Amino acid sequence: MKREAAPRSVPSRGSSVMPPGFSPVGLRFENIDKRYGGLLALRRVSLAVAPGECVVVAGRNGSGKTTLLRIAAKLVRPSSGTLNFANTSGEIEPGAVRPGFIAHATMVYDELTAEENLSLFARLLGVPQAQKRVEVLLHDVGLWDRRASLVRTFSRGMRQRVAIARALLHEPSVLLLDEPATGLDPQGVAWLAQQIRQLRDSGRTILMSLHGESEISSLGTRAVRLDAGSIAADTRAGASFRSILTFADA
Amino acid sequence: MSLVSNTGALLGKELRTEFRSRELLTTTVVFILIVIVLFSFTFDPTSDESRRFAPGLLWLAFLFAASLMLQPCFLREQQNDTLSALRLSVRDPFAIFLAKLTANTLFLLLTELFLLPFFSIMYNLPVVRVLHWLVLVFFLASLGISIAGTALSAISAQARMRELLLPLLMLPLLTPILVASTEVTKSLFDRSPYVQWKGIGFLAVFDLVFLTALWLFGEYLLEE
Amino acid sequence: MSKNVLAAAAVFVLLGAAAYASFFIAPTDAKQGLIYRILFLHVASAWTGLTAFFICFIANLLYVWRRQPRWDWLGVSAAEVGLAFTAVVLVTGPIWAHPVWGIWWTWSPRLTSTFVLWLLYVVYLVLRTLVEEPDRRALLSALFGIFAFIDVPLVFGSIRWWRDQHPQPVVMGESGSGLDPIMYRVLFFSWFAMLALMTLLLRQRYKLEAMRSELDTVQRELEAA
Repeated sequence: MKREAAPRSVPSRGSSVMPPGFSPVGLRFENIDKRYGGLLALRRVSLAVAPGECVVVAGRNGSGKTTLLRIAAKLVRPSSGTLNFANTSGEIEPGAVRPGFIAHATMVYDELTAEENLSLFARLLGVPQAQKRVEVLLHDVGLWDRRASLVRTFSRGMRQRVAIARALLHEPSVLLLDEPATGLDPQGVAWLAQQIRQLRDSGRTILMSLHGESEISSLGTRAVRLDAGSIAADTRAGASFRSILTFADA
Repeated sequence: MSLVSNTGALLGKELRTEFRSRELLTTTVVFILIVIVLFSFTFDPTSDESRRFAPGLLWLAFLFAASLMLQPCFLREQQNDTLSALRLSVRDPFAIFLAKLTANTLFLLLTELFLLPFFSIMYNLPVVRVLHWLVLVFFLASLGISIAGTALSAISAQARMRELLLPLLMLPLLTPILVASTEVTKSLFDRSPYVQWKGIGFLAVFDLVFLTALWLFGEYLLEE
Repeated sequence: MSKNVLAAAAVFVLLGAAAYASFFIAPTDAKQGLIYRILFLHVASAWTGLTAFFICFIANLLYVWRRQPRWDWLGVSAAEVGLAFTAVVLVTGPIWAHPVWGIWWTWSPRLTSTFVLWLLYVVYLVLRTLVEEPDRRALLSALFGIFAFIDVPLVFGSIRWWRDQHPQPVVMGESGSGLDPIMYRVLFFSWFAMLALMTLLLRQRYKLEAMRSELDTVQRELEAA
C-alpha cells in the first residue's frame, strides 16, 4: 500500500471544523526511558513528530507502543527524558496541550447514556457551548438516535464511536490512537478510517499505534517501528512503509 | 474548568450513577442492619448496658460498612479505564477526589440517618432530644471516614486482595474517629446528655489534616 | 568487615552500660521494687520505635518527591526496625503489669496507642506484599506510610483524651507518674543506647534490601529476555 501525501492546508470537511486560530502542534520525545521495575519498556526513544504529521507506530505486542502513547498523553511519567510540544511559533507549555486519546478501552461510563457521558467530559474540559458541541458530535458519529441509551447497551462499534466523540470534544490539535480498530467489524474500520482521514486533513497531528497493515495504516504520512522499546526503523530514515508494517506481525 | 465546576460535574456523575442503581446504599444498609442485630446477642440489652456498649457498636458497624462500601470507589473506574479519561479531562486531579469524597460522605450519612431510628428502638436509646448533635457527629465522622477511605481505596484498587486490603488499611487509620465518635455519642445518650466539644474538635482536626494530606498527595495516588 | 564488627561491639558496650545503669545506678522505687526497672527498656524502646517510624516517614516523603529506590529501601528498613522496637514495648507492658496490677494487659494510653501504631506499620508491610511491581509498590507504600505517620499524633491524642474519661492502670513512666531526676538520666541514656542499636539494625537491613532489589532487577531482566 502506498502512503498518501498529507495535504496540510486543505480546508476541513464535515463538522470537524478548525477553530479560529488553530495552529498545528508537533511533539518531540527526547531520550525517553520508561522502566517498570528494572525492565525497560522504552529505551532512549527519541522521536520528533512534525505539526500535522500522521505517524503510524508499528510493533509487536510488548514493543512499547502503548507506553509511548500513554506518555504522549501524559498519563504515564517517563523514568527519564522529556516530552515537548511546539507549534509553528515555538515551544508550548506542556500543560497547555491536551491530546485526544483513544485506546482499546472505551474510557466512557457504561452506566451513563451517550449524551450524559459526552456532557460530563465536555464540562470537565471546559468546552465552550458544551451542549451544542455534544449535539454536533453525536450527529457526526451517528449516535444521535441512541443518545439517551446507556452505553452498556451499545455494541463494540458504537462504543468506539462514543470514545471518538469523547476524544474530539475539545477539538484537540494532537490525537493519540492506541490500536483503535481492535474489535471493530469491517464497516466500523471503514468508518474509523474516514474519521481519521478527515482529522488528518484538517491539520491535526496524529500518532497511532497499529500492529499490522489495514485501511487505517494507509492513512499515515510516516511510519516508525518499535522493537523491544527502541525505534528500529523510520520511513523518514528511508525505510519503506510496507516493511515497517509487515515485520510487525507477531 | 475550575476546581469547583469540575468537582460539581463529577459529583453529579457519582450521584447519578448511584441513585440509578442504589446498589451501594441498599447493600450497606442491609449489612449494618445485620450487624446491629448480631451485636444484640453479645450483651444483655438493659437500658444501662445499652448506653455503655451501643455507641461503640454503632460506630464499629459504620466503620466496617464503610470499609466495604468504599471498595468500588476506584475499582469502578478501572472497568473501562475511565480513570484515564478523567485524568485527561480535569485541570486539577483533586477534583476527582473532592467529588468522590463528597459523594461518599453523603452516602454514609444517608445510611446512618436511615438506620438511626432502628438503632434507637432496638437499643432503647433516647435519640430525639439530641438529634441535631447526633447529626453533627455523624457528619464530621462520616466526612473523616470518607476522606481517608477514598484515598485508601485508590491505593487498594492497585493491589491484590483488594477486598481484604481496604479494611486493613482503613481500620487502624480511622482509630481516632472511632474513639472520638464513640465518646461523643456516649455522652449524648447519657441520662443527662452533654456535648463533648473536645471530641468534636478531634473529629474536625482529623478531617482537616487528612483533607490537606489528600490535597497534597492526591495526584500521586492516581499515577499509573 | 572490621568496621562492622567495631560498630557492633560499640553498640553492645552501650547496651551493656545502659543495662548496668538500669539495675545499679537508678534508685529503687519505693512501691514497686525491682520490676519497675523494666521501664528503662519499655519507654526507651517506645521512643526508639517512634524515631524509626519518623525516619520511615521522611524516607517516604523523599521517595514520593525524588523517586530514587534508596528511599524506598530506607523506608521499609525503618518500618521493620520500628516494628521490632514497638513489639518490645508491647511485650514488656504485660511483663510489668502483671506483678504490679495482677492483670496481663492494661489499656493505658501508651500501650493502646502503641498497639495501634504497631498495627499501622504491620499493614504497611502487608500492603507491600500485595503489590508486585517494584516502582508501584514503593510509591503506594510511601503514600500509605505518609498517611499512617500523620495519623500517629491523632491516634495518641485521641486515646489520651479517651483515657482521661476512663482512667486505666498506667505503666510507670506515662505522663502523670513522676520520675526521679536520676531515673530520667538513666532513661535518656538507655534511649541513646537503643538509638545506636537502631542505627546498626537500620544499616544492615538497608544493605540487605539494596541487594535484594538488585537481585530482583536482574531476575526480571532475565525473565524478559
